[in-house]
Amino acid sequence: MRHMDLFEWQGKRLLESVGIPVPRGAVVHNVAEAAQVAAAVGFPVVVKAQVLAEGRGKAGGVRVAGGRREIDAVAGHIMGLQIGGHAVRSLLIEELLRVRQEIYLAVTLDRCERRPLLLLSGDGGTALEEVVQRRPEALLTVPLDPLLDPTVAVHDGAMHAVTRIAETSGQGAGLREALLDLATQVYRLYRDRDATLVELSPLALVDDDASGGQGRRVAGRHSGPSLRHTDGAPLRLLALDVKVSIDGNALFRQRDLAAWRSDEDDRERRARNAQVSYVTLDGDIGVIGSGAGLAMSTVDAIAAAGGRAANFCDIGGGARAEQIAAALHVVATDPRVRVLLINVFAGIADGLEVARGLVAGLGRLDAARAAAEAALPIAQAHLAGREVADGAGEMARPPIVVRLDGSNATSGRRLLLTERPEVATVETPLEAVERVVALARKSLVDTLPPVLSADA
Amino acid sequence: VAILVDERSRVLVQGLEGREGAHHVERMLAAGTRVVAGVQPGKAGEDIQNVPIFDTVFDAVAQTAADVWLAFVPARFAKTAALEAADAGVRLLVLATQGIPVRDAVELVAELDRYGMDEMRRRGLGQRSGNGRRAGFERPVARNASERVPRVRLVGPGSPGLVTPGRCHVGFMAADMFRAGRVGVVSRSGTLTCEIAARLTRAGIGQSTCIGLGGDPVCGLGFVECLELFEADEQTDAVMLVGEIGGDDEQRAAYAAEQMTKPVVAYVAGFAAPPAKRLGHAGAIVSGGAGTAGAKAEAFAAAGIVVARRPDEIPGLVAAALSARAAGDGALGPA
Repeated sequence: MRHMDLFEWQGKRLLESVGIPVPRGAVVHNVAEAAQVAAAVGFPVVVKAQVLAEGRGKAGGVRVAGGRREIDAVAGHIMGLQIGGHAVRSLLIEELLRVRQEIYLAVTLDRCERRPLLLLSGDGGTALEEVVQRRPEALLTVPLDPLLDPTVAVHDGAMHAVTRIAETSGQGAGLREALLDLATQVYRLYRDRDATLVELSPLALVDDDASGGQGRRVAGRHSGPSLRHTDGAPLRLLALDVKVSIDGNALFRQRDLAAWRSDEDDRERRARNAQVSYVTLDGDIGVIGSGAGLAMSTVDAIAAAGGRAANFCDIGGGARAEQIAAALHVVATDPRVRVLLINVFAGIADGLEVARGLVAGLGRLDAARAAAEAALPIAQAHLAGREVADGAGEMARPPIVVRLDGSNATSGRRLLLTERPEVATVETPLEAVERVVALARKSLVDTLPPVLSADA
Repeated sequence: VAILVDERSRVLVQGLEGREGAHHVERMLAAGTRVVAGVQPGKAGEDIQNVPIFDTVFDAVAQTAADVWLAFVPARFAKTAALEAADAGVRLLVLATQGIPVRDAVELVAELDRYGMDEMRRRGLGQRSGNGRRAGFERPVARNASERVPRVRLVGPGSPGLVTPGRCHVGFMAADMFRAGRVGVVSRSGTLTCEIAARLTRAGIGQSTCIGLGGDPVCGLGFVECLELFEADEQTDAVMLVGEIGGDDEQRAAYAAEQMTKPVVAYVAGFAAPPAKRLGHAGAIVSGGAGTAGAKAEAFAAAGIVVARRPDEIPGLVAAALSARAAGDGALGPA
């Protein structure tokens, strides 16, 4: 299962739970709430769109509101934005801080080395990737031993890196100790909450004035030398922004986080409930495969033949009947899907069992369609072509091509031919792919205006 | 001898329960596998398909000398179960369970690495190596495959199993896909392993051993070690490697394959996969673009490894690799 990305405000709640300071503020869902929170925080405030997409700042999703008169306009404007295809549904209203230096601190999984990795940089800006390409030495990486306690793991490995960052920023021991504590807390959070990423970008040194100071210390325990700017102004460290991803396979032991899940569309949720792995793509050929590799290889073959897959759907090598039925329900009712390719190699499952599952799944799909027809006679009368809403899509099933090979596949194909003669059953993936690509083209031509289709 | 499993392997199964478990045990027995024990807490004294059941892995290993552990235990117990099996003395762990939390997989491979390192230190083997890309990743690396014998090997999580055709079938892959022969198959995908083995079999090309590594982000056994084992195996003449998007194991494999005397044919799935949706900078910085199918295919091509574009090209390419080798150990074969 894929990871679950958290919104910034959710990530900041997690940081606060382990004593990592964040700006004062709160999340709001409408303009009226925004004005209330802004007044409570004290102007000027920063208004930040809460979306799970990159490029928020460039898209105008982060703005300063100087006073009561501005907040309604700023909040209203950001609430109406679409950022990276995501509608903005909530805002984070926070105090505006004077940032003296930006630091980058993250813990992520290094899957190549099979262990967590701490990343640190004195350049905490948004252009970190370009900075690192130009000057690789600007990024310090510290592998963390997964079998050690976070305090030991971080102090063991990260001393050199934090010392360098503290020295280059002219802060010395104060920042070094603060960063060590902070890195420890970030890694502890990463480990205890089954994260695959906790990224403070940036972690900022800000002016420690009376409004935000409140005597809070990094990680709640830091008591080393204080942090000061060269002009003598007291400074403190806090996380201005944070990105957290949680391992989707660990949600059984992170139930409070599972309640935050929001980053999926309706089909993805239905698929997940049926333990089917599903990803939306942007084409018009539905794909169901037994096993991730086979499904991926099918999507590749469709692309190579000039078609485009509408999705990636893996029912697992076992290809059980309930998963086949669930996958059919998710993919075949997608109004974008002009034709559906089911590619099963029965290597783990038995081919005849797979065929039985397919027949049962198709039966359930027909039953759902019949029920929808009975319930919606008027909607049916208005049905025209395939440009239909999701609910009505249940009624118009796309043509299906099944490739079934492997163990006991001959009996399986025979059963499909008898029970479901309208389904095209083939033996090789190449044949199946050619068929669906041709069918998708034909379907596209059929829906074009007559003059155009005569041309094509 | 084939690699990892053969007719002498004594297989212990855990978490294979009920009708379906019995069905898989029956299939393994029918394929000639010596399934010697099952583990189901509270069921000691019973049997599945006449294979005795024990309460714990310790009891099972003590009484049957099992040396291969095949498990389909629930994801949340998988790490503990695998460590128990290692503690009980089993040296080949095949973990079929899917959906294990990454943290558990990371901790499990780290624990098992430590078993291997302790053993190698005791025997004075291994050398410090600059194998890791970043400083701090030094760990003893055996100079050749035979040095690694005492290591605890983990195949998976998410492994469909290992098959040495006609001699030992561990896992869930149907026996009729395979046929004994001289091509090693190693794959990160489950069904594709079966499909590709079946294509080879139909083309008259048998297999020495087929290994499904599992497709999780963090797995135990990887391509490089499998290539080393195949290179050292007298019964393997060529290797078919099936990669997937994600990680950099294929790139490491390309480097290892370049050092081999035996030909390797590669296939990578996922060219049309959209770039992973990823928050933040860290992912891009750490992987540096190594995870795409294109980057992997390029790495193989740069190492002089033949890359199949589609699964149906595989039998032809493997046959060509075998005949080139037969004609003069590859080097003298047709360009």
